Amino acid sequence: MIYLELFLTFFKIGLFTFGGGASMIPIIQQEVVSNGWLTEEQLLQYIAISESTPGPIAINMATFIGSTQGGVLGSLLATLGVVLPSFIIILLIAAVFKRFAQYKGVQTVLKTIRPIVVGMIIAAGAYMVVTAIGIQSFYSMSFDLLSIIITAILAVIMVVYKLIFKKHIPVIAFILVAAGVGLVTYVIGG
Amino acid sequence: MQKFKTLLSLFLTYLKIGLFTFGGGYAMIALIEENVVNKKKWITKDELTDIVTIAESTPGPIAINCSTYVGYKICGVLGSAVATIACVIPSFVIIFGISLVFDWFMSMTYVQYAFNGIKCAVGLIILRQGIKMLKSFKKNVFSLICFFIALVGILLINFFAVDFSTVFFILAGAVLGVFIYILEVVKKNRQEKFATKTEASLQSDTENVEEVEGGNEQ
Repeated sequence: MIYLELFLTFFKIGLFTFGGGASMIPIIQQEVVSNGWLTEEQLLQYIAISESTPGPIAINMATFIGSTQGGVLGSLLATLGVVLPSFIIILLIAAVFKRFAQYKGVQTVLKTIRPIVVGMIIAAGAYMVVTAIGIQSFYSMSFDLLSIIITAILAVIMVVYKLIFKKHIPVIAFILVAAGVGLVTYVIGG
Repeated sequence: MQKFKTLLSLFLTYLKIGLFTFGGGYAMIALIEENVVNKKKWITKDELTDIVTIAESTPGPIAINCSTYVGYKICGVLGSAVATIACVIPSFVIIFGISLVFDWFMSMTYVQYAFNGIKCAVGLIILRQGIKMLKSFKKNVFSLICFFIALVGILLINFFAVDFSTVFFILAGAVLGVFIYILEVVKKNRQEKFATKTEASLQSDTENVEEVEGGNEQ
């Protein structure tokens, strides 16, 4: 039952992504790849599209994966699933507690979770870089020379931009640059 | 009639917020401030800060959390449903459209080349986001240990393709947080008892210390 599975998986993703945005990527990565819905490579493409279209990444990923796995209904259910946990929780908080975040206990729990989430995000990013150049796991390693070259060029662009303009290169601009670098590298080298 | 007008206005405002938020997360806070705080005056700036903290401490994207909260404040449960749905509609429609033509689009050779480049960029973007967040949390020995356990643990899980849900790291963190809070409360209670017992002797101690420090300055 793909519809139920989509709903439940995205409900779980919605329930366990604190702070939104990047913090949900490690969990999406695990849930979606282990379900066999996407390969590691497709996931990277989907993230790129979710990052460069409007709306929260969580919603975009749910709609996208739902649609490719189960059509309109699948996409509706996945989106509903990812939104529902926060909707219910915020509704409860808005109705019951006045200043939820001011409670000392809440703050302590948050403070403990935060470094763990940051560790998860950095691990997910590092793993994605490694996958992009051909290393899936300890058991399947290969090196894709062109991808290594592209990754090196992009890393340099990211760092140099920061040094010159004193701020991070915007995500959408960086994705466009990456598309250009990929195109040129593969036309020359492939 | 008045209620209908408010609901419509809520719907349109959040439709706009949903449509113009790229990349999600913190990028949208500025947009919310402009529309919901400055223009509509539905919430104050302090309330927005509260919402961001709540959004960070509860699951789900900030955009959704904020629309649910503001919607409820303005128009009750109905308002929160209207605002949340409005916020989701733009991305739903756009992404659904893209997903229909995605396979056809991806089958073109040059598009594949471009996506091979993008593929390398995504990991770097997430890595950068993580490092940005690493700089912003308060560091002490304990938080750094938590950070390293999560980092190394998940890298190993991925690298050796172990079947273990990353959700457990967050759950473990939450349990640990509750435990620390209880410890803090117990410690505080004990200190208070101790303080009342020895208040008198402590006071005379502080006076002595002040005298000594004053002498040193001269």
